Parts: sequence; C-alpha cells; structure tokens
Amino acid sequence: MENLKKTPLCEEHIKLNARMVDFAGWYMPVQYTGVIDEHQNVRNNVGLFDVSHMGEIFFKGPKALETLQWLTSNDVSVLENGQAQYSLLMNPQGAMVDDIIIYCLEKNKNYLVCVNASNADKDFSWMKANNKGAEIINESNNWAQIAIQGPKAEALLKDVLGEKATTPKYFQFTQVDQLIVARTGYTGEDGFEVFLPKDQAVKFWQDLLAKGQKYQASAIGLGARDTLRTEMKYSLYGHEIDDTTNAFEAGLGWVVKMSKPDFIGRAALEASKKKGLKQKLIGFKMIDKGIPRAGYDLFSFDNVQIGRVTSGTMSPTLREPIGIGYLNLQNAEIGQEFFVQIRGRNCKAVVVKTPFVNVKK
Amino acid sequence: MTAQYTIPNELMYTKDHEWAQVDENVIAVGITEYAQDSLGEVVYVELPEEGQKVTQGEPFGVVESVKAVSDLYAPISGTVVEVNEALLDQPGSVNDDPYGNGWMIKIEMDSEKELASLIPATEYEKLIKKQ
Repeated sequence: MENLKKTPLCEEHIKLNARMVDFAGWYMPVQYTGVIDEHQNVRNNVGLFDVSHMGEIFFKGPKALETLQWLTSNDVSVLENGQAQYSLLMNPQGAMVDDIIIYCLEKNKNYLVCVNASNADKDFSWMKANNKGAEIINESNNWAQIAIQGPKAEALLKDVLGEKATTPKYFQFTQVDQLIVARTGYTGEDGFEVFLPKDQAVKFWQDLLAKGQKYQASAIGLGARDTLRTEMKYSLYGHEIDDTTNAFEAGLGWVVKMSKPDFIGRAALEASKKKGLKQKLIGFKMIDKGIPRAGYDLFSFDNVQIGRVTSGTMSPTLREPIGIGYLNLQNAEIGQEFFVQIRGRNCKAVVVKTPFVNVKK
Repeated sequence: MTAQYTIPNELMYTKDHEWAQVDENVIAVGITEYAQDSLGEVVYVELPEEGQKVTQGEPFGVVESVKAVSDLYAPISGTVVEVNEALLDQPGSVNDDPYGNGWMIKIEMDSEKELASLIPATEYEKLIKKQ
C-alpha cells in the first residue's frame, strides 16, 4: 500500500477509521461505518465524498474550444461561462477513451476537464496526441475534490461557504475565491462537487464535518458511491463503458452530437448506426433469488447467450438485487425475461425501467 | 491498528476463516467474527441442501456483502445434515451473531482424521494478526 498515491484527505479518513483500499493506484476509503448506512445517509441527509483522485486537465488558449470539439462527442460550443457538460472522450472506433465533465471557465479559451482517476494518465496522453493547438495542462496533482451529495447538501454548503456558493443550477458552477463549486454529482441526489487547491482540502473537509453535524452529514466511501450510482444506472468506466463500447449502445446518444463539427469517432458512430445497433444497456431486477455481479452471463430461456452483466449489487434503497448489463436488442424491451447465470445456475430476471430509484429533487 | 475479535476457545478454525464446532461426529460450521467484519454487511447467503456431500477445503456455499461475493469452504468432508434456513431471510445474523444465530450448516463427517487439519483458537488468532 506504500507506493499508492494519497489524497490530501488521507489522514482524515484514517482518523475516521475508514477501511482503506487500493483503487486505481490510489489509497482510498471504501467504507467508514458500512456501505448500507452510508448509502442511506446520502439518500436521506447528506454525504461527503473525497473524490480528489479524479483528474483535472485544463484546456487553454485560442485553440481550446476547437481542440475539445475534436476530442469529445458533445457540442462544447454551446457552453457559456459557468456551465458544465457531460461528454465522452472518443477513439476512432466510436468507443470511449473516458467519460468526462467539461467546465467552461472562459468561453473559447479556458476549460476544465474532469476525468476518471483510472484514466487520467491515458487521457492526458491521448489529448496531447490529438491536440489541435490548445495548451493542455494536467493539474491533477494540484487539486482536491470533495463531493457533497444529498437532500441537505445545499443547506450544509450554504453554512460553510455562504449564499453565493449555492446559486448555481444543475450542471452549472460558481467560483468562490479559489474554489470551483459545481452542482453536479454521481448519486442522483441534489448536490455539489467542489474543486479546490490541495492545501485547502483538510480545512474545508473538517468544516463540512463540523457544520454538517446538524444535518447528519457523514463521510461516504467508494463502496456507497458505487451503489448510489448503480441505483441511478449511471455508467462507470471499466464496467458499462470502455474503449470497445459503442456510445449509442451504452445509451449515451444524448451526449453525441452528430451535427457539430467533425470529431474523433464520428465516422465510426455513423457507420454503426447505419449498420444497426446490436445490443443495449439495460437495467434489470431478479425474479429468482441471487445477486447479479459484473461479468455474469445472460441467457435466453432457450439457452443462447444474449448478454452480460456490467454491474450488480444489492440495492440499499430497494433492499433487492439490481443489475445493469448489455442485452441483444431483440431481448432488451422492458418486461422481457431472461436468465442470469449465477455460479452455473440459471436465475430468472426481468428488464425494468431505470433509474431503479426515483430521487425527488 | 488491529481490532479485537472474539475467537471462542472451544471452536476449531480454518485458514479460510470458518469455524467448526465438533459435537461427536457432527460439525457445525460458520464464519468467524473477523471474516464477517472483513466482508461488511452480509446481504445474501447461499447454502447447500440437506443430504448434499461436501469436501474439506472445497466451497460449499457463498456469502455476499453489498460489494463482493465470497466462497464458504467446508472445514471437513461429509454429508450436510442440517441447514440454517433462517439465514436466507436474515443474512445479517452472520454479522450480528457469527458464532450463534449466524451458523450455516451441520456436517456429518466422513472421517475424524480430517479434524487434524483444523487449527485451534490460539493459532487462528496468530493468523489474523498477520493480516
């Protein structure tokens, strides 16, 4: 564990008795009190997540926009100052190098791209190799990031940062001193992701915990982060999406703008659409007993393999097993039943509507 | 930082963190307090049926936490004579009472000789201190 990278909040996690694990080369808290408790506290109150392992890459200069347009699938030109956008970093095969959020700091000239920890180095190399003249700076080592998620997130953040920090609407952000306060998240709840200089992280974290007492705020590990996003059917890189998955089949067509200027992967995506998509990312529940897990195969009732599970867990909110997976298109309608093969046994499951959990905002 | 775990002296253990309670030729089996703590909240338990044969060191069932699936290993070879059906509805008993209501199966053993490969509490304690 000694050669793992540590976030500025590492000591804080150890003080809170977190169980620490190796996550993508980072020494990270997987849980503090227990995944189910932590999960429910985000749904009911507010949770604090150290997501400082995420990467921060800046695109600057007069070619910043043009370069981002070439690298990503969504239309970056529609972003005004203070707006954020979910997007995909594409490869020429029409699959994903990563899924990202782009923050427009200054239209045309200055953008922050937040990338997955596990992909940060790969992304940075890819961006530089396909640069159209932007100044691309990997500042991942200078930034910490803390997510504040849950129905009481706004009240808590107001207490800590004051009124002006909480004005941004969904997928917008404000800058408060050196902090970038974005109304984004990975839980389905209302909430914020705050980028801040590394050396301010401990104080901010401690403020959140102290002022959070009256909101029942608690620290949340990567375990609950995963169950929370699974309940929303949000994609996790390496599970639902990777450098072989088709953006349309992954259900991410809404961040692919075919009408914008040409971008890497566009031709392949267009061809795949013409040829016809083969599979679809769906959510399912179990009819028979058993918990679906990533990698399990899906079979039709006449024993033909028709898909595979990408994520699965016991849902802490619903208290029943839920799964996400790819199914052949003709098997992927809501209500269609199939088998999940669990340890050699065929267990009945059914395609359901997603998100699995409806969050009131 | 090592938490203190209960390791009852009267039980025998496996290096895979099962406990075995020997009552003449019938062995009750569960997982240790250390094992349940490492797993986290148990949300699902899959156990064999009565009458099924199990083999020492081979999986006889699984226990699943929210995040992970772990095999359960038979401490002894023999025939399953009783299954704790209550666990199927109350898997949390594995966390709350690992040496009591969290018991999993009872095995009628084939051969007493295999008992020799189980380890006593003192040795099991050393084992988990290393982890």
